[in-house]
Parts: sequence; C-alpha cells; structure tokens
Amino acid sequence: MADSSWLTKFPQMDRVDLVEIRKGLDSAYRDFSREYGEVIESVFDPLLMFLVWFEKLLLTTPWWIIIVAVAALVYLVSRSWKLSLGVVVSFLAIGYFGMWEDTMRTLSIITVCTLMAIGLGIPIGIVMARSDKARSVITPMLDIMQTMPAFVYLIPVVMLLGIGKIPGVIAVIIYAIPPVIRLTNLGIRLVDSEVMEAATAYGANPTQRLFGVQLPLAMPTIMAGINQTIMMALSMVVIASMIGVKGLGQPVLKSITNQYFTLGLFNGLAIVALAIIFDRVSQAYAKRTQRHMQGIENA
Amino acid sequence: MPEPLIKIEGLYKLFGNKPASVMPLVHEGRSKDDILAETGHTLGLKDINLTINKGEIFVIMGLSGSGKSTLIRHFNRLIDPTEGVIKVDNIDVMKLSSKELEQFRRHKMSMVFQRFGLMPHRTVLENVGYGLSIQGKSKAEWTAKATEWLETVGLAGYEAQYPAQLSGGQQQRVGLARALCTDAEILLMDEAFSALDPLIRSEMQDQLIELQDKLHKTIIFITHDLDEALRLGDRIAILKDGEMVQQGTPDDILLNPATDYVEAFVKDVNRARALTVETVMKPPSRRITADTIAEALVQMKAIKGDYGYYVNADGYQGVVTQDALEACSDDSQKMSNKVWEDMPGISPDAMLESVIPETLEGKYPLPVVDEDGNLKGELSRSNLAGVLGGGSAENDAGKKSVIEAKQ
Repeated sequence: MADSSWLTKFPQMDRVDLVEIRKGLDSAYRDFSREYGEVIESVFDPLLMFLVWFEKLLLTTPWWIIIVAVAALVYLVSRSWKLSLGVVVSFLAIGYFGMWEDTMRTLSIITVCTLMAIGLGIPIGIVMARSDKARSVITPMLDIMQTMPAFVYLIPVVMLLGIGKIPGVIAVIIYAIPPVIRLTNLGIRLVDSEVMEAATAYGANPTQRLFGVQLPLAMPTIMAGINQTIMMALSMVVIASMIGVKGLGQPVLKSITNQYFTLGLFNGLAIVALAIIFDRVSQAYAKRTQRHMQGIENA
Repeated sequence: MPEPLIKIEGLYKLFGNKPASVMPLVHEGRSKDDILAETGHTLGLKDINLTINKGEIFVIMGLSGSGKSTLIRHFNRLIDPTEGVIKVDNIDVMKLSSKELEQFRRHKMSMVFQRFGLMPHRTVLENVGYGLSIQGKSKAEWTAKATEWLETVGLAGYEAQYPAQLSGGQQQRVGLARALCTDAEILLMDEAFSALDPLIRSEMQDQLIELQDKLHKTIIFITHDLDEALRLGDRIAILKDGEMVQQGTPDDILLNPATDYVEAFVKDVNRARALTVETVMKPPSRRITADTIAEALVQMKAIKGDYGYYVNADGYQGVVTQDALEACSDDSQKMSNKVWEDMPGISPDAMLESVIPETLEGKYPLPVVDEDGNLKGELSRSNLAGVLGGGSAENDAGKKSVIEAKQ
C-alpha cells in the first residue's frame, strides 16, 4: 500500500530537505551579499553619480530650455518639423497636467538605460555573430532574460544592492537588452555574403570589414533592435518603481493600491507619449541614414 | 614565350567537418559519390593542375556544381584548399600570414563577382575607390583614380548614385572599374557577365576585350557559357564534377574534344563564330611563282589543275588560270597584271562567319593572305562545309582536313 502511493501522488522530495536547500541557498547568497555587497555597490558608484547628476540636470534646468533643447535634438536627428512640433506639444501637455518632474526622472533613467543597453548589447551581438559557439551560449541566456518574470531577478539584485536607482537600472537593462543583442547578431549574419567576399577579396582586415561593411549594412536591423529595447525599457518603468526608482511609475503604483483611475491613466499616457517620441525619433533617424535604400524602392 | 604567372599543383578541396581524415580515401581514387555516402564529405575539387601565363585570358568553364566558383576562390584564398600548392609570381600563397595575405589581396589581385558584390551603402564612386581606400590611400587620391576608371567604363556622371539606382549592366561596370582601380595585375572574374541579359553581356565582353588590348592584365574568367569562353579565352579549362577534363586553346577544345562530355558541350557551338580561317584552311599547294608565261604553264601542269595563285617578290598578286596563260601569244612574255585576275585574299584571323559569302560565291577557293602579303593557305567550299556542316565525330572527313591543315 505504502509502496504504490507514488502512482497517485507525485514522489516529492522530503519537505525537510527542500527547506534545507532553500535555507542553504538563501543564506549562502545572503552571506555573499553581506560580504561583497559594498564592494559591488562601489563598482556602480560612478554610474550612480552620473544618474543623479543627469536627473538633477533635467530637473534644475528651466522647463522651456529643456523643451527647446529636446525639440532641437529631435529636429537634428529626424529633420522633420512635424515630429519636433509633436514633441513640443506633448511635453507642454505633460507639464500642464503636473507630471513634469516625474517625466524628467523617467526620461533620465530611460535614456541612461537605453544608452547602456546599446553600449553593451551591440558588442555582445557582434561577438555572437562572429562565433557560433558564443551564439549557442548567449541565446539561451537571452531566452531566460526575456521570459523570467522581472520580479524574480529583482530579488537578488535588491538583496545585493538594496533599493534605489542602480538596482532599477540593472533590472531595466536585463529586461530590455535582449532585442538589441539578437538583432545585431541577426543583422550581421544577414549581410550579403558576396559583399563580404568582395571586401575580403580587396584585402579588408577584420576591423575594416566590421565597421566598413557589416555594421553599416546591418544598421536597419540593429535600429529595429534598438527601437525594441527602448520600448521594453519604458515598459519596465512601473516595475522599477517598486524598488524605489522615482518617476512616472510611482504614481501608477500608487493608483493601483488606492484605485485612483485618472491619476494612473494620466501617468500611463505620459509613458506612452515618451514611448512614441522615442520610437518615432529613432525610426526617423534610421530612415534618414539609409538613404541608399531609396533606389531599391524606386526601382 | 609565355611567362607563367600562376601555378596550381595538385589542388584538392573537400567540404565537410574533418576533411584531412577523409583525404586518404580521395587519394585511393574513390569516387565523389562513394566519399559522400561514406563520410558525408563533398569532394569539391580533385587534383587540379594549372599554369596561367602572364597577360592571357584564362577561362575556366563548367556547369553549375562543377567547382569552378570554388576554384577561383582559391586564387586569393577566399577558400582554403584541403591540399595543394598555389603559387602566384613565385609566392606560395598558402604560406602567407593573415597580414601578408591582406597585402597580397590588396595589390596582386582584384575580383569581379557574379552578383556584382557592390556595397549598397556606398556611392558608385566610393565603391570604385574601395580597394584604394582600404589600402589607406588618401581620399583625394582614390577619388581621382576612381573618377578616371568610371569614365573608362563609360559611367562618368554616375559618381554620386548608389548601386541600387543603376541597371545590372551599369552595376557590373562599376564592379569592373572597382577591380581595375587597384591596378592589380591579376583579375579574377567569377561569372562576371552571367547575370546580365544577352545584349548587355556581349557589350561587356567587347568592352573587356577592348580593355585587355590596352591593359594586358592576367584574367581568370569563370563562365558556364561556352560561347563566352570561346570568345574571350586565350586558353580554356573545362571542369566537370571538380575534375579538370580538358585544357587548351579554343580551337583545340572545339576541334579535338577530349571526352564525350566536352564533345556534347561543343556540339551546339556556332563554329562559324568561334573558328578562324587559319584553323580551317588548307596549306597553299597552288602557288605559281614563275617569271614568264612558259614557266607558269609548266608549274600549272605540275599542280594538276587549271588555276593557281600568283606570288612574286611583292607577295600574293592574284589568281591565274590555264586559259588565260594559253591565250597569251608569246610564251616568253613576262608575267603581268594582264595575265592574272584580281582576287582579294582573306585574312587568316578572320572569323569563318565573315568569309562565308565570298567562299560560296568565288569561282575558286579563296586565297588566305596575311598582313605582309604572304600566301598562307586556301579556303575552299568543301573545307568550310566540312567544318560547319557536321558535328564533330560524325564528320570525320572535315575534321581530318582541319587537323591536317593545322599540322
């Protein structure tokens, strides 16, 4: 009787053993974070200083200078009056509805996260494109990063670094970096092999091939990856606010707990506005830099 | 005397995971299919031996899958052989370090690709100057040179366009200009004209021949089109399933196909367009060199016939007939232009196609006369019919006469 119970009930590990394992891992990690937490934190200090400085810069600069600067930047990148005007209108609306400070905080952290994700992601993507071995190691890691619920990797990060901006940035980057890595890899691998052969046949060295041929030709795909990365970073704003990242996410969190529908909606719309601005500007930039594709469309 | 520039000896290429371990099977002489079935390795090239001379157009011909594109990629080591020696200008290409190989590719060889291989994000001018720009030449320098070469290939004014804005023929001209711009001695052309439509293709062939007359590059040209091979090639090598089937001059290949495979290939070729008069003509047997009519009559008898070609110190003059000689009243009279009939000679380098009408209309076989007026041979209707009429094996008579003529 006792022998056949495994047929009806899953032959589970002994509860005591399971608790032991959990306790063991937890305490080991806790010891690790107590031991090295400060060291690791100090590694991130320069980043933290930069984050604080950048946020302060956006917050202390008068609003109209920011709007002018952003509009000018948008025009410089996209060469489109319409887009610049749209940006000005949305920023004015955001300010008018009292979300200026939160928006600036979100803008600062998203900008830093995106830049870091691009700065890390493109080189990783290049490595992945060059070696099949690297690809076979990195791909499952990216799969995990994209499917593991954000809360799960927030736990160790918070245990290690506490609550604040840096864990927020790390969480956002883990969540948002996969597309830029994947699409950099894909873009480089899709470069026409005959064009690569031509570069090699004329004696281009690996660096010349990378910067002169592979990256420029992979750019449309890489830009699509960057675009996705920005969108995903913005969608992490609310979750990041749970570990103390200030910005548009916090009012949303407050609205959930207190059932303030309108407050949530306004802040949500502000996030959407930021997302649309980032998206349109990056796409307009990508389109403008790929003028050579026009011929193909005309042909 | 032809000067060998490129030498390939005992070249093998096996595609697969562990080619070195499978090579013994290849050396045992196992067939391509056996090796594939047993080891999963594909035998791409088998025992290729080639010598390419300076300044010649060497055509490597074969159908798809014959290994011709694999072979051409060995010259600049875009593909590394499994075994074999590649020597260019007495440099063992296999022994070059990666830095030396880069230098070798930059200065020694350039390449033209079937699908052009142009960089879509660079303008036409930047594409042409690409080779020089990666050599580290200044922008002013490569711009000047690239502009010059663009003009040579007839694309002046297109400098600022992108490749996608040009037609196929124009794109390949850019490819050609890019290859010429580095001043490399050797030009590799991988099915360079195969992607173009027939009219543009023959235009490009003309342009290549014209350029080659001026530049005297060593050109290795890959094609699957025998007509193209015959038109361009000084020498032709035919590949089949990774093996060299025959190597020789166009005439050699046409008239003495080494195997059934080559013969089947050659059968559909328009011989009138591929062969010159020289390869078909008979040696001159009806030469009349006498000073006087009487002597001429004696010579005429000796050659058994009622006509002959009169040749004096100034070379070929015209045709004399027995009737005309006999009509003269005075035997001791000197030969003069009243006796011989004017009959223009044809050049030994002329294509058969161009002399068909004269051959058919002429009363006598046509005299073949070189630039200096020397009588080199004669071309009769039956000669022509023999070569053009039959395939190769079926028409033994025609073929034999041709071979005799060559000897």
